[in-house]
Amino acid sequence: MPDGFIVTAIKSLVLVNLVMLTFAVLTWVERRLIGRFQVRLGPNRVGPIGLLQPIADLGKLLHKESIIPIGGSPFLYLAAPAISLFAALSVFGAIPFGEEATIPFTDYQIYLYIANINVALLLVFALGSFSFYGFLVGGWSSSSKYSLYGSMRAVAQLVSYEVALTMAVIGVVIMAQSISLTGIVQAQDRDGIWYVIPQFVGFVIYLLASTAEVSRIPFDLPEAEGELVAGYHTEYGGMRWAMFQNAEYVSTIAFSALASILFLGGYDGPVLPGPVWMLIKMAFFIFIMIWIRSTLPRVRYDRLMTIGWKVLIPIATLNLIVTAALVVWI
Amino acid sequence: MSAVDQVKGFAVTFRHLFRKPVTQQFPEYKRPVYPRFRGRHRLHRHENGLEKCVGCSLCAAACPADCIRVVAAENDPAAPVSAGERYARIYEINLSRCIYCGYCEIACPFDAITLGHDYELAEMSREAMVYTKEMLLAPSPEPRRTPVAPVDPFDIVGGETDQ
Repeated sequence: MPDGFIVTAIKSLVLVNLVMLTFAVLTWVERRLIGRFQVRLGPNRVGPIGLLQPIADLGKLLHKESIIPIGGSPFLYLAAPAISLFAALSVFGAIPFGEEATIPFTDYQIYLYIANINVALLLVFALGSFSFYGFLVGGWSSSSKYSLYGSMRAVAQLVSYEVALTMAVIGVVIMAQSISLTGIVQAQDRDGIWYVIPQFVGFVIYLLASTAEVSRIPFDLPEAEGELVAGYHTEYGGMRWAMFQNAEYVSTIAFSALASILFLGGYDGPVLPGPVWMLIKMAFFIFIMIWIRSTLPRVRYDRLMTIGWKVLIPIATLNLIVTAALVVWI
Repeated sequence: MSAVDQVKGFAVTFRHLFRKPVTQQFPEYKRPVYPRFRGRHRLHRHENGLEKCVGCSLCAAACPADCIRVVAAENDPAAPVSAGERYARIYEINLSRCIYCGYCEIACPFDAITLGHDYELAEMSREAMVYTKEMLLAPSPEPRRTPVAPVDPFDIVGGETDQ
């Protein structure tokens, strides 16, 4: 039985707030972890072991002056961060954290996803790309050359890596014979194997391409501070800048969730309940992303394109062909 | 750079994750300085309590940042302040201008001024960066703050000297 409107609304509210909370904690976790990777401590002054740092950051950002650049387009300038954040957050509507659960002390059953869409994967990638409209519009409406360069790069990068990303994911879709995220989880349960093993090539391509999709180091060319000041959010400050950052982190969380579903069996796991497994797997992917960030330098722009078009896409295509052949003939 | 090197790079960062951080937590842990570290200046006294400084202004002449101001006065023979004929009635160092080169220390014929080890010299105002003779004479490490510049037009730092 599908949940009613009110239950869905409550679930969405809870989920959005949880994601926002995760974002706040994630900024702290990332800085602490990178600190440890670099044999430093990281922020540890605000609150116990620095845990209140996100709140202090928020306080700082709220006090900043809001600027609208002259010569830009005020409406689009203001709308851009909202577009990005909205797109990033709405991805979670399609991500399942489990199947059914009973609310404790009652016998009321709810689904641990907001919408179980049969083409969820398509929706997730569409929304994931949609957040780039925010980057494009934001850079364009700032009337600043660095912003515009940043958004051009963001879009070029998206176009290059979206192809490889989708091809890597199609390998999983062929094996699971389903494009719904719950279907893919059930297929891994049915096959008795996490797709990270048969689809290892696809997994690596997914990791690289999704890092580029959320524009994190080593693929953070859209906001390469060494050459573009801050890329598309050069002219943004205070909470609007924070919304762009928020969108980026939320996308990171979303792509980690997607990676756990596609390659690590999602909420499927022994003993512990589904959502806990899901969170463990997501934490694993986020750790890997932070690890990559603290290890690799930013790639040069032409290399970024070379990696995308001349390495990832051919390998992804090959992987796709081999997978298809194996599924058909074995 | 081969793919193997890339993987090695990840191993290196992963190993560093388990090392003890090298961070020194500054306000709690104060890093010891070397013996010849040049920090805040100190003025010295003879063992009988008289100030070593005789107000000769050689330090002020040697100072490349022009941050030392000395105004000398004759010693009262009944109650001398310094061991010489004259003493420094005003001795001020503007630490916001000082470059801690130590030339004053070299120029001083009586070893009256040396550069000590204090380095926590942050202040809330420029005025507070001007250290008076009382502050410079005070035993380290606790510089006792005394009000700077009494309301005497000739005592204002950077103004006309009264010599």
